[in-house]
Amino acid sequence: MGKDNNTITWETFSEGLWRDNPVFVMLLGMCPVLAVTNSAINALAMGLATTFVLLASGTLISLLRHSIPKQVRIATYIVIIATFVTIVDYTIQAISLDLYNALGAFIQLIVVNCMILGRAEAYASRNRPLKAVTNGLGMGIGFTFALLCLGVVREILGAGSLFGIDLFGPRFEPWVVMVLPAGGFLVLGAWLLLFEWLNQRKERAELETAAETR
Amino acid sequence: MSTPEAEVMQPSTPTGPMIRTLMGIAMLSGFLVVLTYQLTKPIIAENQRRAIEAAVFNVIPGAVARRDFVINEGELHPVTADKPADGILIYAGYDSEGDLKGVAAKAAAQGYADLIHILYGYDPSCECIRGMKVLKLAETPGLGDKIITDANFVANFEALDARLSSDGQALANEIVTVKQGSKQNPWEIDAISGATISSKAVGKAINQSAKRLLPDLVPHLDKLVQEDNTVDRPEISDE
Repeated sequence: MGKDNNTITWETFSEGLWRDNPVFVMLLGMCPVLAVTNSAINALAMGLATTFVLLASGTLISLLRHSIPKQVRIATYIVIIATFVTIVDYTIQAISLDLYNALGAFIQLIVVNCMILGRAEAYASRNRPLKAVTNGLGMGIGFTFALLCLGVVREILGAGSLFGIDLFGPRFEPWVVMVLPAGGFLVLGAWLLLFEWLNQRKERAELETAAETR
Repeated sequence: MSTPEAEVMQPSTPTGPMIRTLMGIAMLSGFLVVLTYQLTKPIIAENQRRAIEAAVFNVIPGAVARRDFVINEGELHPVTADKPADGILIYAGYDSEGDLKGVAAKAAAQGYADLIHILYGYDPSCECIRGMKVLKLAETPGLGDKIITDANFVANFEALDARLSSDGQALANEIVTVKQGSKQNPWEIDAISGATISSKAVGKAINQSAKRLLPDLVPHLDKLVQEDNTVDRPEISDE
């Protein structure tokens, strides 16, 4: 583990929001992204649950980073992540059984969300707690944002509602495929296209300004 | 690792710290999980109780209180927290005066994707099914889940005939799901076109469950009423 770089910059927080967005750029954690984004509320709950696990496991791993032997680090990370996932699991059951039933097995599957393990291995285990939390918060918000992007579009098109509130009245014919898995892929594809296009446009603009200043 | 030198280079694995770390983490995890479990257990139990209660009141019109019973080999036993009994669980619903309004029971049958779990309410006064609520389903959204949203389909369960035959051993008429628009008799369920398999599953679940349950239940109906009156409290805690 290299030396701790102690400076926390805006970049520490914001890289998860846009530049390294876990869904749209790194394409991590695709399983919940496609599975539970059929409504906005499911997407939001999944995003918040993942964010909580990311923050809590990141904090603990960062605190223990000097005392975890290298050979058993993955096992340790998984146990820590699984603990917080279990806590989230019970908490969601206590908050709303309907929500719990809607999310189904995907709460437990946060354990194997590669974004969380990836952050633990690549970031939390190498930085001090405050920095790990800042970065984890950015990543979590980025993940939640991405899930909401999918959930909102799929719920509007597939059920004609948003957060359970009917938008178009009874004459709207829902585009059922959007709440099915196929719709998840379609909407994800469309968002990836948009993100890639925006990124390329930004890069081109940067190149042009660089050329002009020269 | 392939050459002898590399093996020498590798320091002998420090087992002590490894075991200590894993043990410490495991203990911490265990503590946190047990703590959360203990904190959320009463809330979750309350949520589940309320969910069942809402479903029971939903399928028994007019019910405001409920008690649980099990039917085991033709005998009816009340369920109490300290004495859980085996058998078919039924929920008796009472109105505010303590009169029996109906009995709810769970049923399940194979749908298109997975088992469809439902709760249905039986009203002894009309010897019919008065309500049906889907508890759990994995049917295709927009197709199979019409069994919840389709008003015409739900209307089937406002008064679905479930009379017993003259010897009291079976239903007088088996409850069947028929093609949409061809419902002729009060024991038939009008299917949803485009969701035939899910519609049939609901009919099959109710038929199978009613066939098994009602012959055992109907002779004991007076017991449900009497026991409630002897305690003379309409709302008995089911804790």
